[in-house]
This record gives sequence, C-alpha cells and structure tokens, in this order.
Amino acid sequence: MDVINQHTGEAWYYSDIVKDHFFHPRNLLLEKPSNENEFDAHGMVGSPACGDMMEMWMKVCPVGRAVTDRAVMVKQEQEVRIAELKWKTFGCASAIAATSMFSVMLTENGGMTLDNALKVRPQDVMMRLGGLPNRKIHCSVLADKAFQKTANDYFRKTSQYDRIRVDGARVIDPRLNITDKDIEEAVLEGAQTLEGVQKKLKVGIGSPELTTEIEQLIRFYKEKYYG
Amino acid sequence: MKRVYLDHAAATPLDTRAKEAMELYFTTQYGNAGGLYEEGRRVKEALANARNVVARILGAHEDEIIFTSGGTESDNLAIFGVARSAAHQEIFSRLTLPRSAWGSSDASQKFPDMRPHIVTTTFEHHAVLGPCEQLEKDGFNVTYLDVGPDGIVNPQDVQNTLCPETILVSIMYANNEIGTIQPIAEIGKIIKEFRARKTQNLYPYFHTDACQAAGYLDINVNNLGVDFMTINAAKMYGPKGAGALYRRNGVPLKAQIIGGGQEMRLRGGTENVPLIVGFARALEIAQERKAEENKRLTDLRDYFIAEIQKRIPKTVLNGHPTKRLPNNVNVSILDIEGEALVLYLDAKGISFSTGSACTSESLDPSHVILALGKPYEFAHSSMRFTLGRSTTKEDIDYVLSVLPQTVEWLRALSPISVDINAKSMSRPEAFAGQGMRAKAKSKHYK
Repeated sequence: MDVINQHTGEAWYYSDIVKDHFFHPRNLLLEKPSNENEFDAHGMVGSPACGDMMEMWMKVCPVGRAVTDRAVMVKQEQEVRIAELKWKTFGCASAIAATSMFSVMLTENGGMTLDNALKVRPQDVMMRLGGLPNRKIHCSVLADKAFQKTANDYFRKTSQYDRIRVDGARVIDPRLNITDKDIEEAVLEGAQTLEGVQKKLKVGIGSPELTTEIEQLIRFYKEKYYG
Repeated sequence: MKRVYLDHAAATPLDTRAKEAMELYFTTQYGNAGGLYEEGRRVKEALANARNVVARILGAHEDEIIFTSGGTESDNLAIFGVARSAAHQEIFSRLTLPRSAWGSSDASQKFPDMRPHIVTTTFEHHAVLGPCEQLEKDGFNVTYLDVGPDGIVNPQDVQNTLCPETILVSIMYANNEIGTIQPIAEIGKIIKEFRARKTQNLYPYFHTDACQAAGYLDINVNNLGVDFMTINAAKMYGPKGAGALYRRNGVPLKAQIIGGGQEMRLRGGTENVPLIVGFARALEIAQERKAEENKRLTDLRDYFIAEIQKRIPKTVLNGHPTKRLPNNVNVSILDIEGEALVLYLDAKGISFSTGSACTSESLDPSHVILALGKPYEFAHSSMRFTLGRSTTKEDIDYVLSVLPQTVEWLRALSPISVDINAKSMSRPEAFAGQGMRAKAKSKHYK
C-alpha cells in the first residue's frame, strides 16, 4: 500500500502483511469483557492524547495442558502458556497491524510460555510484518509494553512479585515490586486515599515505613490530575 | 474503481485549458525572457501578459506582482523580505550587531527593547510559522494571536497587539485545514489607521496568505487593504510550482533569492514561463462562474456536514459553521485515529486527509485543531474533506454510505471513549514530536 505523507509528499510503503493485519486484525476483542474474571490478566498503555492507546487481555493455561483444563488452579511459580491474547487499539495502521501480529506470535503453536513471550522484541514483530517505515517503529513498541503490563498484572495476581518487570519507574514497595507509575495509575483510576490505593495495589500493607512516601505520591498525582 | 477525491485543499487537478495554455512554452517557445532576439521577445510577451492577467484580477499594478515557485516561497519572501529590510532601518539597526553584543553593549542599554515585532496567529500555515520562528531566533519579537474556538481572529486582538516596533502583521485569508475565513478587510483598516497615526515610519505592513482563498473569495488587494498577498496556482487547478507574491508599490522588501535581477530585482532566477502562463490562465478560469460554483459547493458542504452529524454519533465540526470556505468540511470523529480511517476509506476509493499525528513527518497532531483550544484527542481524530469542481452529490452520498460503517468498525477496535464535552486541554505524557507544543501556546509580546 502506498501512503503519501500529506505534509512532505514523501511516500512510504506498508508491506502486504501489514495491510492484511490492518484490514483483518487477528485476536481483536470487539466487546470489552463484562466479567472481570473472564480473563486472567489485563494491561493498558498509552493515552488517547498521544494518539496511541492499547489494551490487552490474556488467558493462560498450565504448560502441557489444554485450554479446557483452566479449572485446574495455576500454582505459584508454575510456568504457564498463553492460551488467548486479545486486544483493542486506538492507533494507526502500524499500531493495529503490530498488535495483531504480536498476538499471533504469542498464541500460535499452542501458545508461548510467559518467559518466552517476554523475550519477544518489537524487532521480531517488525520482521514478521515485513518491516515498518522508520517513523512508525514506535507503534510496534506499544504492543510489547502492553504485554509487559499484562504479564505484570498476572504475576501480581499470582503473587509472583519477583517476576514483575518495570521500565523507567521507581520501585516504591520492593516487596511487591510496586512503582510510582502503578500508584499514578491507581490515582488515575479514581483511588484518592491511601486506603483506596491499597485496595487496588496492596502497596505498603505491613510496611508502615512506606506510608509517608505513598501518601505523598498520592497527593502529588491527585494535584496533578484533579487539582 | 471509481475514486472520490476530497482533498482539493492539498492539490487540485490541472484544468485542461491551463494545460493547453502552457504547452507551447514547454516546447516551441523555449526562449529566455531576458533574450533580446525573437525567441526571447515572444516569451517575454507571454510573461507580461500573464502578469497583466494576475494584476488585473488582484486590482494591482503589473510591477506589484512577483512570480515565485509557489505559496511557501511567497510567504518566506514576504516575511523574511520585510523583516530583513526592517533590520537595516535606522531604528532597528542594532539588529545588525551580533546577538552576543546586545546584552552588554551601551547601545542596548540606551534602547532597552527596540526589537522589530511581528504579529501572526497560532494557526498559520507552516510556511508562515517557520519563518516567524526563525526570526525569533534572530532576535525579533513575535506575537502569536489566539484564534478562538471558531477559528477566527478577533480584529480587536490585532489592534491591541500593535506597537511602535511592529513591522509586519501576517494573517491568513482562509485557513488551510478548517477553511475559516478571517476578517482581512477589517484588520487591514485597523492597520491602516494605526499607521496613519505614526510619524516616524510606515510600519507595520500587512501580509495575507490567500493560497486557499484565492479560488473562492474576493482577492482585490484594495478591498482587502493588504500590502502583501500570497497566491498559489496548485490550489486552483493550475500547475504545481507556480505562485505569486503581491507587493504594494513602495513597500520595502529585501530579495531572498538573489541572481540575475528578474522580477523587479526581488526574485532572481530565470522565469518559469510555462508554469506562470498556466498559473495566470488558471486564476482567470477560477474567476468565471465563481459565485455559481461557490453556491453549489456551499450547498454540498452543508449537506455533507449535516449528514455526517446526523449519521455518526460523537462528531464535532471544527471551525465556524458558515464563515468557512465553500469546499471545506473538517470534523473530529471521536475515538478514531485519523490514519486508520484514511487507509480504510482509501481502500474504498475515497481520498481525504487527517490532522492525526500519525500522518505527519513530525508526529505532531494538527496545530490548527489545537489552536482552537480542543484537546489532543480531537486533533488525532480530525478529518478534512475538501470538495472541488468535480465533486457531485452522488460522490458525497457514496462517502456517506461507507463512512458510518467504517467508523463503527474502527470504534469497535478502539479501547477509548472520549468525552465529547471535553473542554480542557489534555496533556500527552509521552509525545513523539516536540515542535508544535510550544507553538500551540500563544506567546504574548510585552
């Protein structure tokens, strides 16, 4: 597909694979889940103001088991495979195609283990897409970030705190690997008090020495977004 | 597949009559207009005729028309040409000193702030904003006026910002993205009155970029009261690469392309005669049946806007509903990213453009939509459809038959739901481009 940049007149070309995934996105979730527990984990990155926003939902199954065995409790520390990876995206053709391809790569051949899935780099997605124009590369990074968030959510829910990875954020609660960014998001989602934030994150529970710092952060983000 | 082309503000097809007028000068009439011999004389005559046509339509003298390579060059010439000429005037002569000398020299203490001042708006074309930013770096003061939620400059704001150091006011006639028409004649009057009260010099001068307006509105320079006007062939069914700058006689202007003394020594370089001839012919054709065509387009435009708003929820018209070009429709279709919609409709044979960041080189969303005080989400979702001579009601109906379902599909893909009543400016936390954010804020001259 030939796209002419309206400001520069410069042409760029999306590959046929990009075009296919853009017009026929795979693993798209059309209706947001009504039941919070329908999926095992959920993650969201970006903001509509930036022009890119992505939301992901994941279902896992124990290694070697079929999806139908989901009733079996996932044990702590036990590695799982990705059974389903669904998404929604507000973004351009590259973002839509990259997310679609990313979801295919993680779920094909019975699904990757979380460890392997977290090793998938944006470059690998780009390669499968047959390349993206240079200035569009950041669009493919978003899928990667959304998945990291989703995986973190899963690790948090299954109490595997040591497996949580965060980029460029400051860890506030080392025990639970909770960062200032997590607190920022909790505030953005409507938590306005220490109690409200703890309900969402369990941050600082049992560590009274952290309370002052957490309260300061809540105040800071409250003023930033609501003040 | 039949194409429905709705991006006439970006480019128009070449009128066959303009093409015919040009053909001779690509082939048999190849002389240099500067030659004294037969070949030169014939081409010189064609050039003079073209200049006469343009001057007549603008209500100007022939020696007030400077042919250029198009809108961007004309805007650059007007702004840099006036600014650099002013910098050599005695009152501003300090500007010729190296910048580092200003802070410490005695002269700068005697004249605390005599920097030349330029007034423009936050939603000008980049061909105006770019030179203004460059001049700021060179030590000029620039005021970027806000345009209000309707995208129309308040003449009173212009009045309030004029000061003894103001050398130039540059305000576009009609905006290229949202088509809103600016009260140029009114502003022209204000500037004239301000100038009449001055005793020392005749500044400020008034420039308008009429690239988008020229095919539709009155471009008589005396009715408008402008000293400079930019026009461009490519937006009115003429060839790309030709335009003109009108300069009122006697107004000081410094050439920006210096060479063989062509165009009254104001624009060097062998005249591009075939394109200039095509440009003049296209301008002439645009004057024919203008009122009739404007009426036809206005009806189509209003029908299109009304139907979009009726058939698609969460759509907002950008810019004043009636004080806009007859061919301009600009709507924000919320929760949709512009590039995705452009590509989906392209696959269905429809061409239009978007203010979304994803389609711009800088990855900045439309500075025009932001200048209206709308949140970033509205800019990413802004879609511009510009109609033209070939556009029919059937074309619009075809778009209306495809658009709602495509929007519905893309909304199903999208995780967000923007509040249509959002008034406050949202702030992107991570933002690829940096340039326009500073520009979106108006900088007030003190």
